Amino acid sequence: MRSAFLLLKRDLVQLSPGGAQGTATLPLLLFLTIAILYPFALGPDAGLLSQTGGAIMWTAALVVSVLPLDRLIRRDQEIGWFDQLLLRGISEELAMAVRMTAHWLSFAPLLLLAATAVGALLDLSPDALRSTLLGLLVGTPGLAALSIIVAAIMAGVGRGAALGGVLFLPMAVPIVIFGAGALAEPDGQGLVYAAAVSLIFVAVAPFASAAAVRAVRDF
Amino acid sequence: MQAALSATDLACRRGERLLFRRLGFTLRAGEAMHLIGPNGAGKTSLLRLLAGLATPFAGSVQRSGTIGLLDDRLTLEQDQVLRNALAFWFDLSGSCNLDQVIEAFDLAQLQDIPVRYLSTGQRKRAAFAQLSSQGSDIWLLDEPLSGLDGDNRDRIEHAIGQHLSDGGLCIVASHQAFARVPMTALALPDFA
Repeated sequence: MRSAFLLLKRDLVQLSPGGAQGTATLPLLLFLTIAILYPFALGPDAGLLSQTGGAIMWTAALVVSVLPLDRLIRRDQEIGWFDQLLLRGISEELAMAVRMTAHWLSFAPLLLLAATAVGALLDLSPDALRSTLLGLLVGTPGLAALSIIVAAIMAGVGRGAALGGVLFLPMAVPIVIFGAGALAEPDGQGLVYAAAVSLIFVAVAPFASAAAVRAVRDF
Repeated sequence: MQAALSATDLACRRGERLLFRRLGFTLRAGEAMHLIGPNGAGKTSLLRLLAGLATPFAGSVQRSGTIGLLDDRLTLEQDQVLRNALAFWFDLSGSCNLDQVIEAFDLAQLQDIPVRYLSTGQRKRAAFAQLSSQGSDIWLLDEPLSGLDGDNRDRIEHAIGQHLSDGGLCIVASHQAFARVPMTALALPDFA
């Protein structure tokens, strides 16, 4: 428990804006950029803007999630970080669960804050904004889990960020469908399903990504 | 429990090539072994097999005791000052003799310098400090003397000797000879 806490602290410092890996800053800026550009691209139709604003926020959230994939695991894999943890009795599963938590903590709260600000920009109604924020709140843990799985696979394959997008985005489709679906049907069912899909990814991710890390280590 | 490490009929394959086969040895507490062989003979691969970080192609490894591995990769945070970077690993192992270890490897002058500014030899000593935090019984050292000057070589040999007399055991892969620590030699080309 103590070692999990120490690891979480280390990972958070590394991943947070201003940290050595700083995986959270660039996605956040890109998210804001997409949201700011969208009204310009759409033209002067306020009705259309408020109708589609939630959807563009979801799309932006997905796209920016691809950015940190290349750095989430690879660097630590290269310096033998997970080897040293294993020799100290810390399994890859624990290390990955901690990394997933740190990744979520480093980007989701900031993303939700940015989404709140962007909501005004996209002329979202209070209800639509609430639905979008709740959807992102339950969907982002699933995105963080998927990110860890894909990042662990990429660390082994050694290809660039493009592969990450190709692996990541299709798997994220269920979260988007249910999360963004909550915008159309405000009865909360979509949110429940998005949360369920998220939960499945969160449950699977430590084991799947640990297997990927082990596969690379064992030449 | 006494530290011990033995290998039976060990074989290692890398790609299509068999690096070594039918390799066996037994080491008990207080003993050290020197792995010799040209580049590519499989010294690092053997250390990783012994550490349990890789699966042998054939044969088995029996370990009794905790394992510490020192290789050419430094897992200290590059952007932190040395003392804080080391403190993470001491905290993780619940070890509280950070000051002693910093003294033992002559790192006191360097403890406020970010890890990325350390020289090759300084990084090696920092890696030894990190290894010491673990308090492991079995030391697996990959080229522990590379990049070190004479004084620091003595310092490392002294640390290895101390580890052995504390009931640990040690396997060293190195192209350099160890003057002060008695070691049995294992030449990997004999098992090629």
